[in-house]
Amino acid sequence: MGKDNHIIEINHLSKSYGDVDVLKDINLYINKGEFITFLGPSGCGKTTLLRLIGGFAHPDEGSIIMDGKDITTVPPHLRPLNTVFQKYALFPHLDVYDNVAFGLKLNNVPQDEIDKRVRKMLKMVSMADYEDRDIDSLSGGQQQRVAIARALANMPKVLLLDEPLSALDAKMRKDMQIELKELHKKMGITFIFVTHDQEEALTMSDTIVVMKEGRIQQIGTPTDIYNEPVNEFVANFIGESNILDATMIEDRKVNFIGHDFECVDEGFGNDTPVDVVIRPEDIYIMNQLNGAQFSGHVTSCTFKGVFYEIFVQTDAGYELMIQDYNPFEIGTEVGMLIKPQDIQVMHKSCTRNEMDAEVIDDTHLRIFSEEFECKPLGGKYEAGATVRVGVNFNKVDLQDNQEDGILWGEVSNILYKGDHYHLLIRIDTGEDLLVDTNDIWDKGDLVGIKIAPKDIKIIG
Amino acid sequence: MIRKFIAKAYIWILLVILYAPIALIAIFSFTESKVLGNWTGFSLGLYRNLANSGMDGGSSLLSAVENTLVIALAAAVFSTVLGTVAAIGMYYLRGGKRKVINFMNNIPMLNPDIITGVSLFLLFIFIHLTQGYVSVILAHITFCTPYVVLSVLPKMGQMNPNIYEAARDLGATQIQAMRKVVLPQLVPGMVSGFILAFTMSLDDFAVTFFTRGTIGLDTLSTYIYTDARKGGLTPELRPLMTLIFIAILILLIIINVREQKLAQKSELKK
Repeated sequence: MGKDNHIIEINHLSKSYGDVDVLKDINLYINKGEFITFLGPSGCGKTTLLRLIGGFAHPDEGSIIMDGKDITTVPPHLRPLNTVFQKYALFPHLDVYDNVAFGLKLNNVPQDEIDKRVRKMLKMVSMADYEDRDIDSLSGGQQQRVAIARALANMPKVLLLDEPLSALDAKMRKDMQIELKELHKKMGITFIFVTHDQEEALTMSDTIVVMKEGRIQQIGTPTDIYNEPVNEFVANFIGESNILDATMIEDRKVNFIGHDFECVDEGFGNDTPVDVVIRPEDIYIMNQLNGAQFSGHVTSCTFKGVFYEIFVQTDAGYELMIQDYNPFEIGTEVGMLIKPQDIQVMHKSCTRNEMDAEVIDDTHLRIFSEEFECKPLGGKYEAGATVRVGVNFNKVDLQDNQEDGILWGEVSNILYKGDHYHLLIRIDTGEDLLVDTNDIWDKGDLVGIKIAPKDIKIIG
Repeated sequence: MIRKFIAKAYIWILLVILYAPIALIAIFSFTESKVLGNWTGFSLGLYRNLANSGMDGGSSLLSAVENTLVIALAAAVFSTVLGTVAAIGMYYLRGGKRKVINFMNNIPMLNPDIITGVSLFLLFIFIHLTQGYVSVILAHITFCTPYVVLSVLPKMGQMNPNIYEAARDLGATQIQAMRKVVLPQLVPGMVSGFILAFTMSLDDFAVTFFTRGTIGLDTLSTYIYTDARKGGLTPELRPLMTLIFIAILILLIIINVREQKLAQKSELKK
């Protein structure tokens, strides 16, 4: 895997629309012939990244290198890559044949060669009998096949696919996933696929790029991403998981849900707060306590087709999700076991909220442009000075009514951590606040925010 | 029963009131009397006069018809081109700018013709443009273009915004993508815009009256106006109006039938 094997290299790519930074310093290389997927929730910048590669938008900063040539400012019609658009974008005034032949005619390919290639492409996507049909007379799946044939007819080195399956129904989507994968094998060219569907990404890709808010979170094979997510976002986004607060006691020893566990991770330091991820299928559950690491009782058990989804309340009061082939009766006492290699330890992005505040007077600080009361500063700071303050996650008080808070914000992400919820609150001024709470909130709830004077700590 | 009868009668009375004047002119085009309402026996004389006056080329009536058609055609062609280009540009404007331009596009349509006419008249004098054919056509383009914009803009909205990019992606330059992919989607809007512009220009009086200058250029509407002021309408106007009405009727029927067929075709596909 040398540099020669890279077909596309992306360096320090940034893009903003108005004052929204859609992409922030993206660095990435794509290997020849690989099936790479940009995965992330809507608004994470994955489509913008694809559009920059396709040439439909221009980056504010950074460069895109393809086959050793800088193509950052090359217009789309001169780039050796083709795109399959989200809503197919077939030309409604042309029939199937002319749609597929469109690019070839523009490139002055001789007529008999056009004939040959269009037929070959249509055959490859099993649409050979539809040459003379109008686009409007085709089903969604058929239109998608024509769109793929049209993009491949130009013999691109790279095929870009912008959520191509999102408009299809579930059954059709599964079929097309398999067909696309086969097509990729047959053509041997690079596929860059954009999706928000983690299952689709896991099934189809050689490499997955997980994105969030304009930044790459993790790049890796589907197994890497699933088994070793680098942070709670990736863990939560890809598949089901138990994400828990933990403390790294020492190398190879981590404490969570009130127990010490052996693990395989090193180098986190001693007594360091971390997050752990345990996949529901990695918790072994049994009807006896003999040989178990911890115990609990079953609170629910639902049949999911292949396995049962079981919720267990552990002896220390944490709720865990477990998947097992056997059902367990509600209320029964069960023993559980987690193997060291199934515990994925991750750094916490932060352990408390930290932000700048402006001193107003001895007992008041301006935080996020609002006035908060704080413990007397003891005359150490002058009015107008800037100090760094810290607020623990569980010391932020959320109110039902926006008016009851000093600040207000919107619940933008919720993570269940076994015994409490970890919320991301987006303040109206655009900053984020992390909150631990036992109360149940919904995504999108508007909340008032209060912080008690004693919980605002000056840290520098 | 009675209610049904009344409802039906209402429609028929309305139609009669609407079409009676036209029917009257059509009927009296087949008699030679100078004054409308005086039946002097069936005759095709007026039609013959109309045709003959065309032959020797001297009739001011027929030259007015010719002027009207030439001006309408020129105005419709130019405003269709201008309006389509404007609509494409407006579609790609963002938020506020698009609203402003849209608003500005609506003003000329609501503006009373007389104001448009007078202001154009003053403008042409100000820039020393000789008033005649050119000034009338320019004036007509001015008030026809907004109608074309209004009929093309929705077609831009209905278009899949990705098809332009798809064309670029497949190797088309900007101009090729516009011509081969975007323009064909706009044709229905352009056709209805063209027809709208053509008819708007055909029956315009106020703007033409103020911008035609003093060289004696007459369109049908200004001809009738001066004719009526001279005392009594030329009898040959009656067959001419009948013919125009029939031509419009046929055109409308063709358009309707065509639309119905298109609708059926797209129904069948689904």
